[in-house]
Amino acid sequence: MNPKRKQRLYITVFLLVVCAGVTGLLILVSGENMNMFYPPADVVAGKIPEDQKVRAGGMVLEGSVKRSDSSLAVDFQLTDHQGAIFAVAYSGILPDLFREGQGILVEGKMDAQGVFQAEEVLAKHDENYMPPELLDMDMQAQPQSYKAAPSIDPRAAKGNSL
Amino acid sequence: MIPELGLFSLVLAGSLSLFAAVIGLSGTRNVLLQRSVVSMTMGQFALALLSFSALVWSFATDDFSVAYVANNSNSLMPWYYKVSATWGGHEGSFLLWILIMSGWMLTLTLRGHQYPTSFFTKVLGIMALLNLGFICFSLFTSNPFIRLIPMTPLDGADLNPLLQDFGLIVHPPLLYMGYVGLAVPFAFAVAGLLEGQVDSAWARWSRTWTNMAWAFLTAGITLGSWWAYYELGWGGWWFWDPVENASFMPWLAATALVHSLSVTEKRGTFKSWTLLLAITGFSFSLLGAFIVRSGVLTSVHSFAVDPERGMYILIFLALVVGGSLTLYALRAGQNSRQVAYNFLSREFFMLINNLILIVSLAVVLWGTMAPIGYEAITGGRISIGTPFFNKFFVPLGLLLAIALAILPLLNWKRTKVEALRPAAISLLIAAVFAVFIWFVLDPTSVVVASAVGLGAWVVLSHSVDLFKRLRKGTTLPMAYIGMTLAHLGFSVCIIGIAITATQSEESDVRMAPQDSVMLAKQRVTFLGVVDAQGPNYSAQQGVFLVEPESAGSYELRAEKRRYFAGNNVMTEAGIQAGLLADTYVSLGEPLTDGAWAIRLHYKPLVRWVWLGALLMALGGFVAIFDRRYSSLRVRQSKTTAKAQTKVHGESQGETQRATTPVPAQT
Repeated sequence: MNPKRKQRLYITVFLLVVCAGVTGLLILVSGENMNMFYPPADVVAGKIPEDQKVRAGGMVLEGSVKRSDSSLAVDFQLTDHQGAIFAVAYSGILPDLFREGQGILVEGKMDAQGVFQAEEVLAKHDENYMPPELLDMDMQAQPQSYKAAPSIDPRAAKGNSL
Repeated sequence: MIPELGLFSLVLAGSLSLFAAVIGLSGTRNVLLQRSVVSMTMGQFALALLSFSALVWSFATDDFSVAYVANNSNSLMPWYYKVSATWGGHEGSFLLWILIMSGWMLTLTLRGHQYPTSFFTKVLGIMALLNLGFICFSLFTSNPFIRLIPMTPLDGADLNPLLQDFGLIVHPPLLYMGYVGLAVPFAFAVAGLLEGQVDSAWARWSRTWTNMAWAFLTAGITLGSWWAYYELGWGGWWFWDPVENASFMPWLAATALVHSLSVTEKRGTFKSWTLLLAITGFSFSLLGAFIVRSGVLTSVHSFAVDPERGMYILIFLALVVGGSLTLYALRAGQNSRQVAYNFLSREFFMLINNLILIVSLAVVLWGTMAPIGYEAITGGRISIGTPFFNKFFVPLGLLLAIALAILPLLNWKRTKVEALRPAAISLLIAAVFAVFIWFVLDPTSVVVASAVGLGAWVVLSHSVDLFKRLRKGTTLPMAYIGMTLAHLGFSVCIIGIAITATQSEESDVRMAPQDSVMLAKQRVTFLGVVDAQGPNYSAQQGVFLVEPESAGSYELRAEKRRYFAGNNVMTEAGIQAGLLADTYVSLGEPLTDGAWAIRLHYKPLVRWVWLGALLMALGGFVAIFDRRYSSLRVRQSKTTAKAQTKVHGESQGETQRATTPVPAQT
C-alpha cells in the first residue's frame, strides 16, 4: 500500500472508531440518566420501579396542599381527575405557578409507603401552560386544544424547570 | 393604515428578494444585472426596516386592533418594554429575524467591491433566496399584521412578565445577529462551490463574516444565560433546556468553523471539512428555529395538531440541507489538496479541536432530540437532564483546554519536540502548582482542580507566546490579539464554571422577620416584607440585611410581583454582584405567621462564566479588524495557493475574474 492510502485508511478507521465509541457512549449514558414519565394512573397502579428516579405529574388536587408550620416540608396530592390520586412529599420552595388545580410535574422516587418523594417540582411561568407530559390527559378533559405558545426566548418557554 | 403599510412593505421586500435570487443565481455576466442585485439588496433592507418600524409603531401607539400587539402588549407597560415587546412573541421576533437577515445583506454590499463580482453576485443571490424563504414563512404562517376588526380589544393581554426586562431588549437582537449571521458563511460556502473557488482567498473572505457572526452568537448566548440567572429566581445560569441547546448547537458548529477556516486560509487544506462546517452551522440555526417555533418541544402531539409552522421550517430545512449537501457531494472533492503535516503540528491540534467540538455537538443534539424521538416512536415520555450533559461536557471541556494550552507553542506543518519541551514542562509545573494550591483549598474534587489547573495552563502558555512575540518587537496583528483574548476568555469561563458549580452554597429556608441565617460567613437577616408599586404590577418586597465578616453590611431587596393584566406572579431576585462572588436572595411563597420561604445562594466566581464568554466574543470582534482582511483586494486563484498573486485595483481584478474561468484544480 502506498503511504497516502495508508494514511487515509488510518484516518478512516480512526473516525469510524470515534463514531462508534461516541454513539455507544451516548446511548449508554442517556439510558442511565433519563427519567421516564408516569401519569397518575400508572403511579397508582404501582408501575414505578422502586428506588429509581422518575417523573410523574398531574393536577394538584384542590384542598390537598399542607404546609408544615415549622419547616419547608409540604404534602400534596396529584390527580388526573379520572379517579387516580397519589400523594407527594416535598421540601423546599414551590414554583410561582404552583396552585391548586394547576398541572405540574414532580421528579423524584417512590418510597415504600407509596408516597412520591419529590426532589423537584416543576411548573412554568405562564398561566396557559400545561406540562407537555400532561397534555394528552388534559386534552381529554377539555375539548379545546392547547396551542403551543412559541416564543423566541428561552426563558419564556422554559419557566423554572430543571 | 400603518400596519397595512408594514405588510405591504414586507410583500414588496419578498418580491425584491425573489428577483434578486433569480438574477443573482442565474450566473449572468451582464454588469447592469449584477448591479441591480446590489440595488435590490439595499431596497430589500429599506423595505424590511419599514415593515419592522410599522410594527414597532403599532406597539408604541397601543394599536390593539393588531392581533399580535393585543396578545403581547398592554397600555400600562413602560414605553421601552412596549418597543421591545415587538420581538417578544413568535411573529414579531421572526420579523426581527428578517430585518437582521436584510441587515447582514446590506453590510455585505458595503464590502462587495472586495470580492470578484460573479462570486459576490451569487452570494447575494443565495442570501436573497434564504430571505425569500423567511419572508414567505412570515407572510403565510406568522403574519404579525393581522387585524382584530371589528372585535378590537380595549387593552392588550400583556407581555409575559418574564420578558418585561432589560434582557428582552438586548438578548434576542444579539442572538439573532449570530443565528442569521451564520447564513453568510453558508452563502460563501455555496457560492464557492458553485464558482469552483474554495481556496485561501475564499477562506479569508469568509473569516471576517464567520468571526462576526460567531462573536454575536457568543454574546447573545451569554446575555441569555445572565438573564436566566437573575430573572428566573432559580440561581442557575445554564439549564440544558432544549431552547438553550438550540442556540448552543450552532455555536459549537460555528466555533469549529472559525478554527477550521484559519487552517484553510493559512495552509490551504481542510477545505472540504470547512465547507461542511459552514453548511452545518447554518443548518443548526434553522434546526434551532424549528425546535423553538414548531411546538415540537411542548409535545409531538401539539406539533401534529398545528403543524403549519413546523412543517414549513422542516421543509425549508430539508431543502437548504439537501440542496447544499448535494452540491457539496458533487463539487467539494474537486478542491481537495493533500497537504502533509505531522502529529505535532498546529493542523493536527486544530483537527483535535474540531473533533472535540463536533463530538460535543453530537452530545447536545442527542440530548435534545432523543426525548422527541422517543415520544414519536413509542408514545411514552422521557426527559434527559443535566447529569447526562455533565458526564460528557466535563471531560470534553478539559480535553479542549489541553489542546488549547499546547496550541500556541505549535508551528504549522511540524514542530520539533525539543522546541516544545522546555515551554511545556514549565507550563506543566505551573499547572501542577495551581492544582496544588487548589488541593489546599478543596481536596475533594479532582475535576475542579484539573479545570483550574488547565485554565491556568492556557493562560500561561498564551502569555509565554505573547511575551515571546513582544520581545521580538513585531507589532501584533489584530487577529492574534483576538485569538489570545478569546482563548483567555475560554479559560476564565471554565475556571468560573468549575468553581461556581462546585463551591456554591445554597439553602432554602423558612424565615420569619428578624430571623438570621449564616450563608458563607455572612449573616443574612430577614427584616420583613414591604409593599411596592411598579408601573404595571404591585409587589411585595422582602428586605434583607447582609453582614459579611469583614467589609460593611448592605441591604438586598427581593420582589414577588403580581402583574395586573395577566395576574401573573413573578419572582425578582435580589443580587449583590461581585467579581469574586454573588450573594443572591429570592422570595418563595408566604408561610404562616409572616414567615416566608426564602432561597439564599452564595455563588463564587459566577460572573467569570459570563465575563469569560464576553471576552471570547470580544476576541471575535477584535479579530475582524485585522489588516489582512481590510486591505484585501481581489485575488486571483491559481492551481496552488502558493502561486496566488495579488492583483491591485478592483476593476482590473473583476474583469479578469469575469473573463477567465477558474482552472479546474487537480
